[in-house]
Amino acid sequence: MKKYILPILMLLLAPVWAYAAGGVHLDKANIDPNNRQSQQRGARLFVNYCLSCHSAELMRYERIGKDLGINNKMLKENLIFTGGKVGDLMTVATANADSKEWFGTVPPDLTVIARSRGVDWLYTYMRSFYRDDSKLIGVNNLVFPDVGMPHVLWELQGWQEPVITTTKDEEGNEHKMIELELVEPGTLTPKEYDRAIRDLVNFLDYIGEPYKYERQHLGVKVIMFLLVFLVIAYLMKKDYWKDVH
Amino acid sequence: MAGSTSEKWQGGLLGWIDARFPLSSLWYDHLARYYAPKNFNFWYYFGSLALMILVMQIITGIWLTMNYKPDADLAFNSVEYIMRDVNWGWLMRYLHSTGASFFFIVVYLHMFRGLIYGSYRKPRELLWIFGMLIYLALMAEAFMGYLLPWGQMSYWGAQVIINLFGAIPWIGETLAIWVRGDFVVADATLNRFFAFHVIALPIVLLLLVVLHILALHEVGSNNPDGIEIKKNKNADGIPKDGIPFHPYYTVKDIVGVIVFLIFFSLVVFFAPEMGGYFLEYNNFVPADPLKTPEHIAPLWYFTPYYAILRAVPSIAGSAFPGVLAMFMSILVMFLLPWLDRSPVRSIRYRGNLYKTMLALFVISFVLLAWLGMEPPSPGKTLLSQICTITYFAFFLLMPIYTKLDKTKPLPDRLTP
Repeated sequence: MKKYILPILMLLLAPVWAYAAGGVHLDKANIDPNNRQSQQRGARLFVNYCLSCHSAELMRYERIGKDLGINNKMLKENLIFTGGKVGDLMTVATANADSKEWFGTVPPDLTVIARSRGVDWLYTYMRSFYRDDSKLIGVNNLVFPDVGMPHVLWELQGWQEPVITTTKDEEGNEHKMIELELVEPGTLTPKEYDRAIRDLVNFLDYIGEPYKYERQHLGVKVIMFLLVFLVIAYLMKKDYWKDVH
Repeated sequence: MAGSTSEKWQGGLLGWIDARFPLSSLWYDHLARYYAPKNFNFWYYFGSLALMILVMQIITGIWLTMNYKPDADLAFNSVEYIMRDVNWGWLMRYLHSTGASFFFIVVYLHMFRGLIYGSYRKPRELLWIFGMLIYLALMAEAFMGYLLPWGQMSYWGAQVIINLFGAIPWIGETLAIWVRGDFVVADATLNRFFAFHVIALPIVLLLLVVLHILALHEVGSNNPDGIEIKKNKNADGIPKDGIPFHPYYTVKDIVGVIVFLIFFSLVVFFAPEMGGYFLEYNNFVPADPLKTPEHIAPLWYFTPYYAILRAVPSIAGSAFPGVLAMFMSILVMFLLPWLDRSPVRSIRYRGNLYKTMLALFVISFVLLAWLGMEPPSPGKTLLSQICTITYFAFFLLMPIYTKLDKTKPLPDRLTP
């Protein structure tokens, strides 16, 4: 038996070994999926700044209200700007053709963006815009080079510019390091801005999988039930098997 | 069948049915008087677990079908609709998606059991072949099912695999178009894959499972010692080392099922994406025929074969040799009963030569699984080539090394 443990472990662990990230360094978003207030603040940012171009068309306002504890009246006053019903999906008014003309591409739907990009990527991306006059829209992004989206939150963050430092290692290879420096402050301090982005990412993570909370809570109950059942089943097996051997 | 009985149930509802339908003989032949070796160990849980997962996949699949739309414009959104607006839809979907990966984990462990205890040896060749056919059908089922969410990985994974048919000389291109129903993977492909996934292949799978179990109950189960329990019977014709499947193994398998469900639930409820290995992150991006992802990898259970495909160099610009090697790597498993020439079945009585080859095989299979997920590099291609050669050597050299191998003497009766 013992000699098979290693091969089995290898088979089970293979995916873990293969797990490796590449490319740009991403900052940890450190969101708290159980913090409903953070998600409420994120929802506000989302409808104010993102929803004019990006839809979240697989998500209903009503569901957000129910999950985040916002009643229908508040929902209508604070989150629904299209004059629609609470049961509506979060669509955008901008026609795809217009978007295509303005940005060169249709802004992607953001319902499950946190599931495809990951929260750390989103958190870093929203904090990595910098001024770049060589680009048509005047901005660029460290984690998304030649980005098509303008820096929508510039009022809040202010403007960053890149500082390039070149270092040489022992073998004489040059390494470029790009860091961003705030040259023009916005209405929020860098700390407040990071918090605002964390709230926004927390909200995006929530709409990516609105039942996540429910799922984990049910999971605890299911596993507790199975553990109790296991004891009973094991005792039953032992009783049946006592005359074997 | 073993200990077939002629006694019929009398009276009552069961008696009424038994006079019209072979209920008692089914019950006795397959459960209450099917004598299984008494020394089944850890490895013997995976057969019943595979059956349970098949049932679970069918049931969750039926409920998913009630809300899924097999249409290139609607498919992606309908899956998210199931996840959000359908009551318990998220649970059905995660049970189904996690079930697919666990099906392969369980089937691989089940096959490995057959491998180490020689369960494919005479008279169980047909049993093994039915099992291999189940494995093939399962791979087709999983491949077609993976297209249905219509994400980027669904789309491009299918595109890459179907293009493999295109590498077949002369008929390739036509064949690939015939499979897709279009020049690229498109709505027509989605519709036909849906039809295969929800009805054609499940019927084939169920039929093969019935044949697999019938063949098993005809020849009887092998055991960790690899000796025949039917050679040692008592006065009633019951194997001395056999115990009735029911109730002994039914109660034992319930324990196995619960332990399995605990691991399964940990994934379903706490890590349904399993770090991107059970649900790939890129598959949360809707399929876009104009945007090829940088890195396309099949789901983990196909990656060993994908690595073999990439390990074989193209000849004259044709990837056909790789495609051939990939199909051969699966087909060669069918030959196992005839490749093994050892006088013993079980690894318990085999010598070091076999054990070394088996270890090398397991290591190369796991490495290939990893390599198949990785973007290619010269070093990794070389490693894939070494592993591919080891993989085939395990099978093709088997007639030689199993004959040369020193074996230990077999016991008369089962050992614990």
